[in-house]
Amino acid sequence: MPGIQELQKDLSDDFALLANWEEKYEYLIEMGMDMPAMKPESKVDENLVKGCQSSVWFDVKCQDGILIFEADSDSLVVKGMVAMLHKLLNNQPAKEVLEAELSVFEELGLWRHISSQRSNGLTAMVAHLRAEAVDCLAKGG
Amino acid sequence: MTKDIHSARADFPILKQSVNDHPLVYLDNAATTQKPQVVIDALVDYYTRLNANIHRGNHSLAVQATEAYERARRKVAGYINAERNHEVIFTRGTTESINLLAYTYGEKFVQAGDEVIVTQLEHHSNYVPWQQMCLRRGATFRILPFNEHGELDLALFERMLNEKTRLVAVNHVSNSLGTVNPIEEIIRLAHAHEVPVLVDAAQSVQHIAHDVQSMDADFYVFSGHKMYGPMGIGIFYGKEKWLEALPPFLSGGEMIDSVTPEKVTFNVLPYKFEAGTPNVAQAIGLGVAVDYLKQFDPLELQKYEEDLLAYGLNLLSEIPDLIIYGSPSHRSGILPFNVNGIQHYDMGVLLDTMGIAVRTGQHCTQPIMDALHISGTVRASLALYNNREDLEKLADGVRRVIKMLKR
Repeated sequence: MPGIQELQKDLSDDFALLANWEEKYEYLIEMGMDMPAMKPESKVDENLVKGCQSSVWFDVKCQDGILIFEADSDSLVVKGMVAMLHKLLNNQPAKEVLEAELSVFEELGLWRHISSQRSNGLTAMVAHLRAEAVDCLAKGG
Repeated sequence: MTKDIHSARADFPILKQSVNDHPLVYLDNAATTQKPQVVIDALVDYYTRLNANIHRGNHSLAVQATEAYERARRKVAGYINAERNHEVIFTRGTTESINLLAYTYGEKFVQAGDEVIVTQLEHHSNYVPWQQMCLRRGATFRILPFNEHGELDLALFERMLNEKTRLVAVNHVSNSLGTVNPIEEIIRLAHAHEVPVLVDAAQSVQHIAHDVQSMDADFYVFSGHKMYGPMGIGIFYGKEKWLEALPPFLSGGEMIDSVTPEKVTFNVLPYKFEAGTPNVAQAIGLGVAVDYLKQFDPLELQKYEEDLLAYGLNLLSEIPDLIIYGSPSHRSGILPFNVNGIQHYDMGVLLDTMGIAVRTGQHCTQPIMDALHISGTVRASLALYNNREDLEKLADGVRRVIKMLKR
């Protein structure tokens, strides 16, 4: 499993090939559509991430100090963001998730389109995953 | 000689830029309009050559600044045809104007058991202040619903009016659906029960009829920034008899006549309601925006915007799976829609990548969204500088987004 930094670099390189904003978002949306589907029964209120304009669900499990999650959103743009987070952080050690500097969103400029929203969905999603990582580390002792 | 509407676009420097590598198509005018160069120049000019605190200093700058500020008040009074200049109060905007009335009128005229009527078409800023005032005073907050066309039912309204009704608060144009409400008729019915009416003109004063005397509005409120003026300035108009009867809202400097430890006597209108140093530059800027608007023939302007709206609604209605909300017999400035299966948020983000600025979400009208059983809409909204090309780009953009998201 490649590390988070390496995966960020790959994402960055992929997006660099795209000529304009429309293509970048098209690619982002495709990433969302290609993400493994979340089990419908996991889309319950306790898995809803608060602070997002659209509905976003994360079902996070901790196995031997590793975070494993499924996620979904009713917005395809947000689902694309979720897919990026999934690509970067799923199956990663909780410790790495906590320490990761997620610079790729800002670097790609995708961040600014959603950061003007009243509540920043991406920040809420990342905070949610980090909180899960803290729990996972505590369990792992 | 009136100004040609087609020449207006060139007066707005912000519209000349590119956004996300596309020429800007600005269709979020119900949120705020852009400013013509003359308004921008007025703000710079004020701070460059005129700035002083008004109504107190007796030096030349203070006198000139005061004159400019009062001239702006007269321009606004003329624009809405107020009978007296001192019926026009400067505030920060529509929200402050409505709160001013909710607090002062509530304190003076509303008792437990009384009723206040708003409509289901209101922006939160003409809904929550009345709801909260009713809670404070133990009064009943009553809501006139809209029908399947997005229109108010006047027969029902008439039945809701009774001897306990103390006030009616209603918008002239809905910011969410664009419905033009029959304001003269609403006022006439309310007056028949001796009930005063507040007209929220935030979405109408820049587009359609705005003569407070002919509509016989008791209170009439709007924001400068939605009518090509600066942000931070708005108007609270009230008939003199009401303004005399109401207590002050904010207290402090300027609004007093004499102050002793025991008591205060208040200043005359309009200063009684203008505590503290006002937004002088913005008020002057609003006066310039009024001058700008008055260059156009008002009927021609209204016809231009209505034709544009009809053109845009027609273009959108040709798109498969697109739903336009409301079908009022008279609509102004607003194109509210969704595409089946596409989140309004996604539509907004993706249109923005094409340089098209619209708003998505609830538009501060959750009661409307709840009634329609939707989480929000895409809202394109018009101003006098928009043209057919803007709406063609919007329709093309919507089609492209559909292609991107539905595969």
